[in-house]
Amino acid sequence: MNEQMQQQNKKLILRLMAIIGGMFLFAFALIPLYNVFCDITGINGKTRGQALYQNVEIDKKRVVTIEFLTNINRGMPWAFGSKVKSMEVHPGELNEVIFYAKNPSKSEIIGQSVPSVSPGEAALYLNKTECFCFDQQKLMAGEEVEMPMKFYIDADLPEDITRLTLSYQLFNVTDAVNAAKGATK
Amino acid sequence: MAIRRKLIAGIASLLTFVFNGVVQAASDLNMRPGVTETSNEAFNLHMMVVWVMVAISVVVFGAMIYSFIFHRKSKHPTPAKFSHSTLVEMIWTIIPILILIYLTIPAVKLLIKMEDASNPEMSIQVTGSQWKWHYKYLEHDVDFFSNLDRSLTEKDENYLLEVDNALIIPADTKVRFLVTASDVIHSWWVPDLAVKKDAIPGFINETWTSIPAEHAGKTFRGQCTELCGKDHGFMPVVVKVLSKADFKAWLAQKDEERIAAEKAAAEAAAQSWDMEKLMTLGKEVYDAKCGMCHQANGLGLPPAFPALKDSPIALGPVEAHIDIVVNGKSGTGMAAYGPQLTDAELAAVITYERNAWENNTGDKVQPADIQAFKAGN
Amino acid sequence: MGDHHPTGFTRWLYTTNHKDIGSMYLWFSFVMFLIGGAMAMVIRAELYQPGLQFVEPNFFNQMTTMHGLIMVFGAVMPSMVGLANWLIPMMIGAPDMALPRMNNWSFWILPFAFFLLLSSLFMEGGAPNFGWTFYAPLSTTFGPPSTDFFILGVHMMGISSIMGAINVIVTVFNMRAPGMTLMKMPLFVWTWLITAFLLIMVMPVLAGTVTMMLTDRHFGTAFFDAAGGGDPVMFQHIFWFFGHPEVYIMILPAFGVVSEIIPTFSRKKLFGYSSMVYATASIALLSFIVWAHHMFAVGMPVAGELFFMIATMLIAVPTGVKVFNWVATMWQGSLTFETPMLFSIAFVILFTIGGFSGVMLAMAPVDFQYHDTYFVVAHFHYVLFPGAIFGTTAAVYYWLPKWAGKMYNETAGKIHFWLSMIFVNLTFFPMHFSGLAGMPRRIPDYNMMFADFNMWASIGAFGLGLTQIYFLVIVLLTLKNGKKAEDKQWEGASGLEWDALPSPAPYHTFSTPPKVD
Repeated sequence: MNEQMQQQNKKLILRLMAIIGGMFLFAFALIPLYNVFCDITGINGKTRGQALYQNVEIDKKRVVTIEFLTNINRGMPWAFGSKVKSMEVHPGELNEVIFYAKNPSKSEIIGQSVPSVSPGEAALYLNKTECFCFDQQKLMAGEEVEMPMKFYIDADLPEDITRLTLSYQLFNVTDAVNAAKGATK
Repeated sequence: MAIRRKLIAGIASLLTFVFNGVVQAASDLNMRPGVTETSNEAFNLHMMVVWVMVAISVVVFGAMIYSFIFHRKSKHPTPAKFSHSTLVEMIWTIIPILILIYLTIPAVKLLIKMEDASNPEMSIQVTGSQWKWHYKYLEHDVDFFSNLDRSLTEKDENYLLEVDNALIIPADTKVRFLVTASDVIHSWWVPDLAVKKDAIPGFINETWTSIPAEHAGKTFRGQCTELCGKDHGFMPVVVKVLSKADFKAWLAQKDEERIAAEKAAAEAAAQSWDMEKLMTLGKEVYDAKCGMCHQANGLGLPPAFPALKDSPIALGPVEAHIDIVVNGKSGTGMAAYGPQLTDAELAAVITYERNAWENNTGDKVQPADIQAFKAGN
Repeated sequence: MGDHHPTGFTRWLYTTNHKDIGSMYLWFSFVMFLIGGAMAMVIRAELYQPGLQFVEPNFFNQMTTMHGLIMVFGAVMPSMVGLANWLIPMMIGAPDMALPRMNNWSFWILPFAFFLLLSSLFMEGGAPNFGWTFYAPLSTTFGPPSTDFFILGVHMMGISSIMGAINVIVTVFNMRAPGMTLMKMPLFVWTWLITAFLLIMVMPVLAGTVTMMLTDRHFGTAFFDAAGGGDPVMFQHIFWFFGHPEVYIMILPAFGVVSEIIPTFSRKKLFGYSSMVYATASIALLSFIVWAHHMFAVGMPVAGELFFMIATMLIAVPTGVKVFNWVATMWQGSLTFETPMLFSIAFVILFTIGGFSGVMLAMAPVDFQYHDTYFVVAHFHYVLFPGAIFGTTAAVYYWLPKWAGKMYNETAGKIHFWLSMIFVNLTFFPMHFSGLAGMPRRIPDYNMMFADFNMWASIGAFGLGLTQIYFLVIVLLTLKNGKKAEDKQWEGASGLEWDALPSPAPYHTFSTPPKVD
């Protein structure tokens, strides 16, 4: 093999390696890309972070039904639910729902609730100004709490959506949190 | 004359017989049309694609077979010289595109219809977990688990397709299902309704069905269709359809049952149970709920499902044992059975685990102990 | 240059010769094929009749998982790399692969990767049991301890495939004989070049996916765990972004093989060479935008489902072009039906049937009825067994005279073909029916209504398994006492390997480049 060809090979290999490295990183980049994409389109029904309630117009003419669902993941002993099953609200109006949680076990447990909205695109129009799902909750053995959730529905909610469902799934993250703490120590 | 008439009638009946046989055989081999409007449309679309594909096969395979017969070397010793033709290649690019458009239009229409879960008349939350379904009627105070009926054998018609509590829904009603899961991904499928939706932990998915009134009283069966671990093949979906009136009656009956069950549980909890009674009920509950993983002989399937025989939990302090059964253990397959079983059942199964398989601790756990445990936190 | 090379074990361990490495790849893939096949036999034995007879459900899941992984990564992919190693240098007039030492390395990683993977069967908690698609959270939060060995194994075979792909690309770009322009290359080289690009695009994505799994399992990240803000559906998106092109990685080289064989036995040039190249490239490009058709049931918005449905159906167009071109190649040819031709014809017919069920599966509203049932199992086995594996088998019969200088027994080859043809259909055709009747995939036990279909499929599978052992016997007998092959064994063959080289091809070929006009 002559020198010139070796040079050529080297150049080509470097280019191919760049593609490979790029694609490896691309796999990781897919995560934020997907989240941004979902945030724009509401594909997976994930709600957004904290919203502000400022200068919101209330559309008294429309009524939207919102249902609250709770679901407890495997390995989570808490009792968890909402005080009301559903509400009828006007878009733009600030509403409050109370959720409650109780840790009936003998040990301290940290919980994380994960919201999901159906239909997915409605997630874009559900704005939460206050939600327990923004943080983790730590409950001592036997402790009981009431957690308010404040939200309003954007007046831009498409006309054909008259009902939306907000579901919270509660996960036990005690081990994960403790493991992370152990790692930083 | 008479003979001829008889002959014709004979041939006709023979033909009908053969025809029915063929139709029967074909329907055994084919997808079921199902009972809802959407399932019928899905079936029609399926048949339409099948016939289009059959037509294409006849043309393509026909041309091949023609070549095999007439262009074999013995018949056609000098091969033709052509090796491309822009016109022909254009034609067989464009025709498939047209066929695809022909197939896409009805598919798009049907898809939009199937995904439109708006304006339901009632909603049911369907939650998959390893390896059972849980149904919760959102507008009513009814919820229950649906477990495989393990008493059936291979010979039974509904082997692996029967549950202890079927999902009951009214006919002639648009029912919305909110599907989710509490551990891994499952998928809820009823072929006759053409409803299949993945149940994903942390997310809810919507789907719906509306069953025409004439199907009231029928039962439809399906299975979990997403690999969800060991007993993926053992978590059937059974849907029973009632007329609107019967459904109302069923709801009322469920209410009564719930009140009666609460009363019975309270009574059971008030009593002191003897060992024999605890062990009998305990074995029953254990075989139904625990034996799948921890095995009937208590040896489990380590490391995922630890043995209970000689285990530190079963031989250790009673309180820790109650805790793990009632509250489950995070990060493992151990679910919280507190909400699923009555206090008496919990007491019995814990007693059973502490005394079966030569564990012989002699501990008796009473329903009152469970009550105290739950209240004492 | 003579045929001097070390002998014995060190010859194979140190070799940088493309022919030696090609042979090792082929033998390795055949061993894997038998191991993966043995697992399929366990599955089919359990499914022979309703009830749990031989294995318990957890082991059954390990079998389906390992069968899938071994067949995809151990049997089909290495067999294609083996063909590439043997054929590409001879077809383009190169003395060897461009990067011979890397070639050696990329092969020798494989036995270790599969040793790791197979060793998990003997670990506490058993082998991976979450299906070859390893969906989170079943594989992350709920995976057995051996999952980490699986992850390491996937990384290693990924590296091996990537190195193989780099080698192919560099060889094709830089090592062609003077006059061998890109559009003169045999179609097999073209399909492999495109496959190699697919490999370097998607294998890193697979590596990324399993890396995320590893950090999710052990380092506290939550890429796929909803509790930590992740998304299990995200896993499926990334996996199928790799997984769909992967399907074409397995089938495109087989397209290349039959595009060489059909013209030979039709004694006529391949119809529409350039449209074949463009069709292959379009299939490869389209494969990047159709992944979510594997996940219509996860609850995507309608717009997404429509996009993926239509994009997927579009793949039928270039695939159709290829099938029509093969038929047109045979049309008015002068056909003979030797074993490689028989396997190629079966490839075209059965692959097309697999393509038909593919179009059916692409239609989202009906896919809800097919998804994750045996209909899907029937579909992908139709494109993989009579597709990829018949393609490789045809290639072995076709080029064995060139590789070994010996001719197989034609009658034995034909018996092997007809047995394979009968059993492959007996195994996989009834699966369409059990799927339509409502049998989900990956279940160890089933209701009586699926019993007949499963019994037939099991009988077919046992026959198919034995037939492949017969194939091994045929090849061994050929190598031992086959008749001497001619330099140009096939009357209608063309290409440098037949026209410019003797049979068997000497250890070193084209040390001085041939002239191509």
